[in-house]
Amino acid sequence: MGEKVLMKGNEAIAEAAIAAGCRHFFGYPITPQTEVAAYMSKRMPKVDGVYLQAESEVASINMVLGAGAAGVRAMTSTSSPGVSLMSEGISYMAGSDVPALIVNVQRGGPGLGGIQPSQADYFQATRSTGHGDFHLLVFAPSTVQETVDMISDAFDLADKYRMPAMILSDGMLGQMMEPVVLPEPKDTVQDKPWAAKGHNNEREHNVINSLYIQPQTLEDLVKRRYEKYDYIKENEQRAEEYLVDDAEIVIVAYGASARVSRSAVDKARADGIKVGLIRPITLWPFPTKAIDKAAGHAKTFLSVEMSMGQMVDDVRLVVSGRAPVEFYGRTGGMIPTPKEVYEQIVRMNGGDN
Amino acid sequence: MTLNILLAGFGGQGILFAGKVMAYAGMMEGKEISWLPSYGPEMRGGTANCSVCISDDKIGSPLVTNPDVLIAMNLPSLEKFENEVVPGGIIIVDSSIIHKKVERSDIKVIYLDATSVAEENGLKGSANMVLLGRMFKETSFCSYENLEAGLRKSVPAKKANLVDGNLKAIALGMES
Repeated sequence: MGEKVLMKGNEAIAEAAIAAGCRHFFGYPITPQTEVAAYMSKRMPKVDGVYLQAESEVASINMVLGAGAAGVRAMTSTSSPGVSLMSEGISYMAGSDVPALIVNVQRGGPGLGGIQPSQADYFQATRSTGHGDFHLLVFAPSTVQETVDMISDAFDLADKYRMPAMILSDGMLGQMMEPVVLPEPKDTVQDKPWAAKGHNNEREHNVINSLYIQPQTLEDLVKRRYEKYDYIKENEQRAEEYLVDDAEIVIVAYGASARVSRSAVDKARADGIKVGLIRPITLWPFPTKAIDKAAGHAKTFLSVEMSMGQMVDDVRLVVSGRAPVEFYGRTGGMIPTPKEVYEQIVRMNGGDN
Repeated sequence: MTLNILLAGFGGQGILFAGKVMAYAGMMEGKEISWLPSYGPEMRGGTANCSVCISDDKIGSPLVTNPDVLIAMNLPSLEKFENEVVPGGIIIVDSSIIHKKVERSDIKVIYLDATSVAEENGLKGSANMVLLGRMFKETSFCSYENLEAGLRKSVPAKKANLVDGNLKAIALGMES
């Protein structure tokens, strides 16, 4: 492993993608993710890669679709309004089974919203990032190191399952610097027999397409895709459990709000309150197993988010009435403080500690 | 032990750089660290600030709302954050720029003519390092060797000629 360096989350995303074998980046600047593109513009030419600033997010995602269809590791990065613009292309990628990486360094919304950190794109990322029946693999890092480690996994799983993957970051994780050990570059020239990369008259040509006019054909295809999704739900859930085993109050929080919640849990534990934290690392597939297990002993749950309450719906679906599931959040670019979350814990514990 | 530091001033005073040196020094010392800048329109001609956490434990929120140490390099920053400093905390004021006195009595306040001291020593623009030197003297958050190493890590290779000036400015702060 390499030397520990201080890096901004956004720059670490770019360097990790290059280490993971990505040589095709297409994007359009938007705060708070612009450092990803800026870093790529400097680094890609030095590794014989392509950095291309497109004329819009719509163009960027279609370039990613094209590059991914040709079998290379391609990515784009943007922030919330940019993902909305990309939604058509992302749906086409899902419908064509094209793997690629999409990074969303979330900011406050809706509309142009603001530029400060947010987690209000949870529904967008996990429900449907465009029209039609489909899912993305969605990863939610909470440190710069985890972001780096996740990029390579996201590319690998996207290739394995032939579907787009998303890193759902936020302005705080993108802008902050933390010590990070960068991964060794890996040789990821992977054979993709389905890719449209020239057949040399040795095989039938491959078609990458999302248009299926016959409804029965399309239903069959979508159903096969959902069998794949079921397999992923069973095998790829990831979550970190912190002091959950004996917890009566279980907080569920991801990304930046998980960091804040962890501080609050530590403070409440010092007061003797039995509280723990489940931190979803994959948002799709949602870590139902970890939450289901906790629902066996927890008296209450609290979902902490930088939104008006989105992931809380998924927590409620898993807990399924076995315990109350409450919500605490800030939105619009506001970051909850550990003190605010601590006060929620104390209240749920039934008193003033 | 956790030390939460907030550096605040105008864009261009080297707020983010001073924070980076601290963060790197803390990392060299073997601590957990985080560095978070303010970003957005407020940086253009307005105030800039930077949160640095240096801790023995994993860092939760990197956003410092109640600092142990506030380094204030302009009046709006002092007015904005003075009441947020934890009781028993420290405010280091660049008194070349800020002529107001801190009203609180439950914290330690250090007035340092950092901008003037830097200029008088031919180190214009290094007030941030003078203040960093003083902050280092007050908190001993790392060894001097690691502070110097943190500085060397923070200065890009192309600007390596600036290391000596910065070290001199840090020394001026430590002697103040």
